[in-house]
Amino acid sequence: MARKTIFPMTRIHEPIRVDVEVEGGRVTDAWVSSHLYRGWEQMMPGRDVRDSILFTQRICGICSSAHAVADCLALQQATGLAPTVNGQHLINLILAADIIQNHLRHFYLLALPDYAAGPDTPPWTPRPPKPDFRLPAKTSAELVGRLPAAVRIAASAHELMAMFGAKAPHQQTIMVTGVTQQTNADQIKAATAIVRQIKYFIEGVHIPDVLTVAAHYPDYYTIGKGNGNFLSFGMFPDPLTGRRAIRAGVQTGGGAVGDVDAALISEEIRYSWYREGSGGRPDTENTVPDRDKPDAYSWTKAPRYKGLAFESGPLPRAVLNGEYREKGGGVMDRLIARAHETLKLCRLAEGWLAQLVPGQPSLRPYTLPPQGEGAGLTDVMRGALGHWLKFKDGKIQHHQVVTPTTWKFSPRDASGRRGVVEEALIGTPVADLASLVEVGRVVRSFDPCFTCAVHAVNLPNAKPLII
Amino acid sequence: MLSRREFLKLCLAATATTGLAEILIPVLRQASAQSALPRPPVIWLELGSCTGESVSLDNTRNPNFYQLLTEFLDLRYHWLYNTVQGDGAVRVMLDTVEKEAGKFWLVVEGSVMTAADGRYNHIFMRNGEMVTGLAALREFAPKARYVIAVGDCAAFGGPGAAHPNPGGGKGVWDVITDRVVINVSGCPSHPDWMTGTFSHLLLYGLPELDAYNRPKLFYSRTIHDQCQRRQQFEDGIFAAFPGEGGCLYKVGCKGPVTHADCPSRQWNDYVNWPVKAGTPCIGCASPHFPDGMTPFYNHLPDIRTRSVSVSVRKIGAAFAALGVGAVATHLAAGIFARRIHDHYLDGTKPSDPAPPENLTQVKQELDDLIRQQNALMSEAKQLEAAKPHRRRPKSWLRRLVGFWRTEDKTGKDK
Ligand code: SF4
Ligand code: SF4
Repeated sequence: MARKTIFPMTRIHEPIRVDVEVEGGRVTDAWVSSHLYRGWEQMMPGRDVRDSILFTQRICGICSSAHAVADCLALQQATGLAPTVNGQHLINLILAADIIQNHLRHFYLLALPDYAAGPDTPPWTPRPPKPDFRLPAKTSAELVGRLPAAVRIAASAHELMAMFGAKAPHQQTIMVTGVTQQTNADQIKAATAIVRQIKYFIEGVHIPDVLTVAAHYPDYYTIGKGNGNFLSFGMFPDPLTGRRAIRAGVQTGGGAVGDVDAALISEEIRYSWYREGSGGRPDTENTVPDRDKPDAYSWTKAPRYKGLAFESGPLPRAVLNGEYREKGGGVMDRLIARAHETLKLCRLAEGWLAQLVPGQPSLRPYTLPPQGEGAGLTDVMRGALGHWLKFKDGKIQHHQVVTPTTWKFSPRDASGRRGVVEEALIGTPVADLASLVEVGRVVRSFDPCFTCAVHAVNLPNAKPLII
Repeated sequence: MLSRREFLKLCLAATATTGLAEILIPVLRQASAQSALPRPPVIWLELGSCTGESVSLDNTRNPNFYQLLTEFLDLRYHWLYNTVQGDGAVRVMLDTVEKEAGKFWLVVEGSVMTAADGRYNHIFMRNGEMVTGLAALREFAPKARYVIAVGDCAAFGGPGAAHPNPGGGKGVWDVITDRVVINVSGCPSHPDWMTGTFSHLLLYGLPELDAYNRPKLFYSRTIHDQCQRRQQFEDGIFAAFPGEGGCLYKVGCKGPVTHADCPSRQWNDYVNWPVKAGTPCIGCASPHFPDGMTPFYNHLPDIRTRSVSVSVRKIGAAFAALGVGAVATHLAAGIFARRIHDHYLDGTKPSDPAPPENLTQVKQELDDLIRQQNALMSEAKQLEAAKPHRRRPKSWLRRLVGFWRTEDKTGKDK
């Protein structure tokens, strides 16, 4: 039996350490830990509640719009305000554009180097020992050759985001009742052209490239299979009906898809660097770091739904919406579902652009009530994101965030059950102990981002929120 | 090769029509063909960051991200891009530090987490020991050719150091005090600011820096000075809510006290920037971001010097009338930056003492302000004396006197 540590796990946002135990050429146990603590939730109380959307999105530069949208939803619930029709379409567009950007870069910059050799220059060299490259040299070169174009297309998705969001990362226009950028016909036309261009790329290049990789690594349909529990908060509400274009749902062990009840979410901190008493029920929850806590091994808390760990992200979304049938629930399924979702987002974006009415207000002026309390739950790039906030006299009193990465990359919980990725790593074949490329592939297929993994908690006084 | 002057001009001129380096790339290429440009080894450390700078740099247009990596920089270590993982990646980094000492560039993204002696942020493992970001920075910085802090967090602490700063976030130059740290601030930093700075370092060495160690070529003027809504500010046309037409000063615009070139450069392929999109500048490129800029939607507090209290709006109006608005707001910016801390909400951090270089700068600015004030007074007097038909003699005077003597303690200018 050998115990190996990978730190840092590269091609991942932020410091993540993975420890695996390998026996007989397979992973028999795994621990995933995150190594950055900034204490975002402690920074929130006392701030002007209007600043919340702009401030919380700085949790993360890869999915900034995601936090903006979740916070906006929380404020909408807390105040009873709703966006204008144009405003909601634009918020949806901003989020979708950011997700497209994320998905494209994830495949070409972060995942692809696991399957195809990049140019002979750093950061593509040195290569891992025994890299297990199986693509024919020509195909491999073609795939890598598309990297500049892919990064460029991703940048144009950010351009789309900036058209309505002022800039990217960290858009600046989303407010409770819509966005400050007003629409006009020219802009809609330009945006539509960009979306179309992205769509052609995804249909003609991105999806075929992902399938090419999958064809050469068929064993990876089953390698890295999750725990079979899928969760999604859904995303992109319609401005009039509130129905989400991608539906919410929860599924345990391949059973029937049920509704999500936010009151069933809780966080555990048994193996996280937080003092006992942190986590747990929200009303009593506080977050006191304790770096010296014995046994603890991560800054990430362990979010659980009905006490269980859940996978969220493009694959669960596609399955819960009945749009994708997994071959094995592993690495390749995740990559393929992500690529298909990118295409779906382009189609949705075209639809929203077509519904925008030039000249109609994107924003309605408002005054916030002096106090309020709300939860904003939405899916984003990596999965289910929730913001819970409470404010009084215009100032934030309580602000908690549960991010997709914490759902998947949580450490063990109080009953010793592993997090989703820890579980998915079990059984992963290992050809070379010095290289551990297989472990990297599994971890990267989840598209983790530890910037986000600030941890956080659940709903104050358990007002049930059914999405 | 382009002269340095021409280069600076180019950087400033880069706007919607010409990206920063449609012309820069050929120059860089030519220089590297003449082997005048060795690709510098680069170690990119992410500390307490959100990866925003790396993602922003992915968006760079000219040179594009791929050209940057394959033609101009030799990115040895960046955990977002290294193919090799774990020990393999660490080995490359440590080798580079050792073998390329004095040559490699150290780029830092994110605030330096100093709480618990840095143990809130471990970034790699060496011989089985976890190494903190703080320790790595202290070890590598003395050996680097340049230390470049990208983003507001690395430069000045930024959001990663917001009150009450539980992780002990600090800017790189607060930790590395014995050498120059180039600050390319912004939240995130504009890709042009990063590639422009890198290009300057490649071609001409250290760029000229301002009092906050930011390359002057991008941070020398205020947003307000270049803003498309500036005329409305002068005319007193103000938006009452974000998203409306008019100057956004009253809904919180920090353009008058933020130095950066967003209005002319714009973001993401030069398509938009906050004020154009109807939302106030929140001052994310400022050393005082975010706490010194909140509440984001409240207008700037009045500027107070020892004997006078004036609002930014009055400065704008009065000076514009005399055609020296730009000077006024520049001064306002300098002074404001040190006064703003009086106006914190609970929950934002108390003021840091300004570093000494800046005290000199403030003094200089105050001196200038007084000189300007006197000059204006006498100019106004001359104007009046020279005017045969003094239709509104008093209004000029009253405007000026009223302007400098207002004791507007409530801070309201409505
Ligand atoms: S400066 Fe802004 S974008 Fe950069 S790391 Fe900090 S919060 Fe993120
Ligand atoms: S206050 Fe802001 S919106 Fe108004 S002119 Fe200045 S920079 Fe532009």
